[in-house]
Amino acid sequence: MINTADLLQVFQQYRGDAVVIPGRGGKHWTNISDQPNRDLPVGDPAMGGHASFALGVALSLPEERVVLFDSEGDVLMNLGALPTIAEKAPANLYHFMLDNECYATTGGQPVPNAKNIAYEVIAKGSGYPAAYAFDNLEDFTNHIEEILNQPGPVFVALKVDPEIENEPIGSRVRWQTRSRTQVIDDLKQELGVSGP
Amino acid sequence: MTQQQEQEAQLSPEVVLGELLKNGVTHVVWLPDSETNWLYLLMQDEPTLDLIPVSREGQAFSTAAGLTVGGKKPVILIQNTGMMESGDSLRGWGLSLNIPVVMMVGYRGWTRHGVNTDTAATYTERFLNAFGINYYLVENGEDAPRISVAFAEAERTRRPVAVLVGDEYHGFNR
Repeated sequence: MINTADLLQVFQQYRGDAVVIPGRGGKHWTNISDQPNRDLPVGDPAMGGHASFALGVALSLPEERVVLFDSEGDVLMNLGALPTIAEKAPANLYHFMLDNECYATTGGQPVPNAKNIAYEVIAKGSGYPAAYAFDNLEDFTNHIEEILNQPGPVFVALKVDPEIENEPIGSRVRWQTRSRTQVIDDLKQELGVSGP
Repeated sequence: MTQQQEQEAQLSPEVVLGELLKNGVTHVVWLPDSETNWLYLLMQDEPTLDLIPVSREGQAFSTAAGLTVGGKKPVILIQNTGMMESGDSLRGWGLSLNIPVVMMVGYRGWTRHGVNTDTAATYTERFLNAFGINYYLVENGEDAPRISVAFAEAERTRRPVAVLVGDEYHGFNR
């Protein structure tokens, strides 16, 4: 298992100017990112949608490298997003998936068949040209450059420590410092994107 | 009804495509349905449109949100059944991100005389009303300008707006 904050620290060294959608890694990434105006920490608008959201961002910004930190709960909820990503094949999309084998924000209940799913096989079977799986930081560190140096879409499954939350949602400390719409507006301004 | 009258009473795919192009649509995020199937070949042959097929309608809202972030102008093409399945995605990715997107929704089961045997039609407008989504009914070519009205409203309000396509199989609704 990998510590998510450690993993994101390693990724940060290779981030470059990538647009980053931190997904479930958002609460750590917000303290690590050195280019917050190139981040899209939209939190969790509706579970299962991050992969499709990242696809849309990647297709609309083909000159930008787009990196998503998805989760296995999100991917399971919308496995059908993977064939769509594979068909559209955005060369600028890097799809990392944090797999803590559970629904951490609801108390840590296991996802279906938690320990026996080969997500990288599902991604390859859906048509992703490249897919990896890592369960330790050293292997991830040794491959991150290779992953980001090849054309996307690339899928990377990562076993991470569960960070289980049992506090009622209303009692949890919010890590977001900007509203969702502000996050989007900041990125548009940073990239010079016009439109509503 | 003469053949010419029948043709005039239909919603021509060419007219619909013209409305999409007139409004600057760049991407069509869609899942096939019986009401909008006739657009498919036309859209495929249109070089300025990028078609993004999804396998569950909820994906359409998050995809459209992402496209909008990068300054593109998507339209969502789905059926009412799938729209109802997509409630949380519409709420989270459409409404909470203020995404100005038009969703063209095949109005399966709808009949002009108000008598239907399909609960898909029964709950369509109730669903949209529950979410506070404004909508326009398009039955035939004369109604087509309402599609432009929907695009203008979506941009002005930064909200999803629906166009209900009530022309299943060219006249089934009558």
